[in-house]
Amino acid sequence: MSEAGAAATAVAIPPPARRRRPWFALLAGAWHQGRTKVGLLLLLLLGGSALLGPYFAPYSPTEFVAPPFSTPSDFGWFGADLLGRDVLSRFLWGGRTVLALSTLATLMGMILGTAIGLIAAYSRGVLDDVLMRAMDVLLSFPQIVFALVLAATVGPKLWLLVLAVGITTTPRVARIARGAAVEVVERDFIRAAEAIGEPRRRILLGDVLPNITGPLVVEASLRLSFNIAVVAGLSFLGFGIQPPNADWGLMINENKNGLTIQPWPVILPVAAIGLLTIATSLIGDGLSRSVAGIDRGGRAKE
Amino acid sequence: MNSALALEVERLRVELDGTRVDIIDEVSFSVLAGHVLGLVGESGSGKTTAGLAVLGHTRRGARIAAGEVRIEGRNVLALSGLERQSLRGKLVSYVPQDPASALNPALRIGKQLDETLSEHGFGNAEARKARITEALGEVLLPGDEVFLRRYPHQLSGGQQQRVALAMAFANRPRVIVLDEPTTGLDVTTQAHVLATVRDLCQAHGVAAVYVSHDLSVVATLATDVAVMYSGRLVEVGPTSALFRHAAHPYTRRLIEAIPELSGEHALVGIPGSAPRPGLRPQGCYFAPRCEYVRDVCRVTFPPVETVVKGHEVRCYRYEAVLQESLAARPAAPRRPELQAEEALVAIRGVQASHGARQVLFDVELVVRPRECVALVGESGSGKTTLARCIAGLHKNYEGEISFCGDLLPAGCRARNQETRRDIQYVFQSPYSSLNPRKTIGQIIAQPLRLFFDARGDEARRRVVEALERVQLNSSVLDRYPHQLSGGERQRAAIARALIAEPRLLVCDEVTSALDVSVQAAIIDVLGELQRDLDIGLLFVTHNLALIRTLSQEVAVMSEGRIVERGLVDSVLDHPKAEYTKKLLSDTPSLEAAMAAAR
Repeated sequence: MSEAGAAATAVAIPPPARRRRPWFALLAGAWHQGRTKVGLLLLLLLGGSALLGPYFAPYSPTEFVAPPFSTPSDFGWFGADLLGRDVLSRFLWGGRTVLALSTLATLMGMILGTAIGLIAAYSRGVLDDVLMRAMDVLLSFPQIVFALVLAATVGPKLWLLVLAVGITTTPRVARIARGAAVEVVERDFIRAAEAIGEPRRRILLGDVLPNITGPLVVEASLRLSFNIAVVAGLSFLGFGIQPPNADWGLMINENKNGLTIQPWPVILPVAAIGLLTIATSLIGDGLSRSVAGIDRGGRAKE
Repeated sequence: MNSALALEVERLRVELDGTRVDIIDEVSFSVLAGHVLGLVGESGSGKTTAGLAVLGHTRRGARIAAGEVRIEGRNVLALSGLERQSLRGKLVSYVPQDPASALNPALRIGKQLDETLSEHGFGNAEARKARITEALGEVLLPGDEVFLRRYPHQLSGGQQQRVALAMAFANRPRVIVLDEPTTGLDVTTQAHVLATVRDLCQAHGVAAVYVSHDLSVVATLATDVAVMYSGRLVEVGPTSALFRHAAHPYTRRLIEAIPELSGEHALVGIPGSAPRPGLRPQGCYFAPRCEYVRDVCRVTFPPVETVVKGHEVRCYRYEAVLQESLAARPAAPRRPELQAEEALVAIRGVQASHGARQVLFDVELVVRPRECVALVGESGSGKTTLARCIAGLHKNYEGEISFCGDLLPAGCRARNQETRRDIQYVFQSPYSSLNPRKTIGQIIAQPLRLFFDARGDEARRRVVEALERVQLNSSVLDRYPHQLSGGERQRAAIARALIAEPRLLVCDEVTSALDVSVQAAIIDVLGELQRDLDIGLLFVTHNLALIRTLSQEVAVMSEGRIVERGLVDSVLDHPKAEYTKKLLSDTPSLEAAMAAAR
């Protein structure tokens, strides 16, 4: 390309002055709420310990290092569990699976749900009815029961866990996506895109999706906090990661009988799971307030 | 008629809550009993804020900071909240812009009217009943039991607005504030409502403040006019004096922007936009857009000068402004001659329905290349449906629509790429026709990518070209729609249509969401495009006054049928259909109002 051409373009087209993308405003609005900061801090702390924990664990999670149910006064920081393994090490090792499984399941549910919601909202008519009624059927199963049925028939597999939780997340996301998109597809800019023959796929991804990111982001963080609890619950029931591997849900189950003598192997994972769900829902709350604020400001300006 | 001073507003100031930024300031006017003051200005000028402040009320986020509002000598602003509340509806009442949202949808009409009366302790049930019947009679509605038992949604828009009027006049107030009460109404209904307002004000000696952006309406109705610009009153005077000898440059520019039925003068827009509260320049707020500007204008805001008694203006240069005759407006550019050519679009026997309801009956229409056809009709006449059938946005029709001799399939998905490029559509509201999450550059490049597969530098160059065609600066490329004004957005929408290099441009009420000064500029752009680019134009509008400047042919639609078709001059000067005659006589016109006042 010639330099003259580049110079001419530079003259004709001034550099972008103030470029604040809408999603940036969403994040900035959320950041200004105290709850979001607390949530992020908690998430960073717990997520960090789950991801990096194994590198700091003093022992292997499966190594027998002390008499069973040794209290913190006898051994280590938090004592030993029912088989005499180090509680701190098992805790540091055991967060990865919960976090990874619930994140994967949420991701799957978000993608499937958004796709179904968008298609339903845009197509209307029979397809809309069929898709959304199918979602209602799925919704009528309690999340944990659905997963239990699947796990009981196929057996405890990790991918099955993701699949089960992901599928049960889908209808909830689909409803939110459809609800938000139904209003967007009625607007004239969608007609404008149709009139020039923009393919359906591009209308959905390029024109509709960017206009519903607000509610979707909020939904994602709420779904994640629910799914963390569900995944932990399933592994507590024995359908997640199998012993002797370390896992927060499993730890609670294994050590519940010793609660009165050595409560730490139960307290630690319970607190972690609780705080993690609180963190993600705090973030979700902050985001949703930010979305509401932007909507109010946007309408008032009109 | 008694001419006692009923309403006096003095140095009113309304601020944004929690700041020292004023929305309006130094607003003073007075209205005699039985008179109507037209408070005019463009959107954002503070006219509604001033109107509401007369009731001692502000929108959320604003507060009245200083000034006096005296109704028959009593200062409303000095009263406590409760006392003020008891005044509203009794001494001073309010008619909102949108009657559909002002009436309670869950209450019957009779009940709502009764509440207005009983709230202010009006007599017993019998007396109230009599007054309700009387009040409804005044607004030409039946006051019988059947009507009183109806719910608001069972009435038409015009009827709802008349119920709101009846409610406002029921307690025989001294002052009434009307906030653009006819904006959403058809011209015929508007003419009825305006006549009703005028008669009631005179009959009951009510002082009315009529807030409006429509100067033609104000000219027909008001005895006095106050012009607002950016939160200040810039000119106040008797209607005929003000319109004939406008002394403020802004008033002049507004008058020049009003479309006229005669179409003799070119419509001239006002470049730039009014400064928002907090961003106003030093000195006269109009100075940056004013052609009479001198150094002194940029220092302090001009004081009030008296042109003649009762006609006041805030401009240093008003004498120079008055020197120039308003008649010296530029003449309308010549419309291209009509040539006998093959039809670009031919519509034969089109019947269309929305669901089970048929909205178009046997419609015939032809648009030739280089020709502008105006499609005129009131809301619900089916004009938009017809436009959408042509553009492929409405599929449910029978009959033939052919383009360059080829029959078009219904619906844009069924058409080929070339046809979709040849026919472009500009939507009514630029607030919903541009994707809020895309930049103007991305929006305008969308057709480029589809039709010409142009990307990168090439695409950007063509987008800038298209923006220049509609007189937009290339700096808007990276902005989002919400960062643009309504007029700029509509230009961007037109640029998106033009970049496809269409042979037919369908414009659906493209100016109805915009201010008059912006409307004039858009009409100017469209006229220029049509002269330069050899495209056919189908201009859909409800405003008869707009069409003579732009089109050669006109088709008048009513209730799904085309009732009259022909050359613009012959249809407007010698209308044949009853409906066209009615429409013409009901269209408010500055010229007609001035002629009547003479």
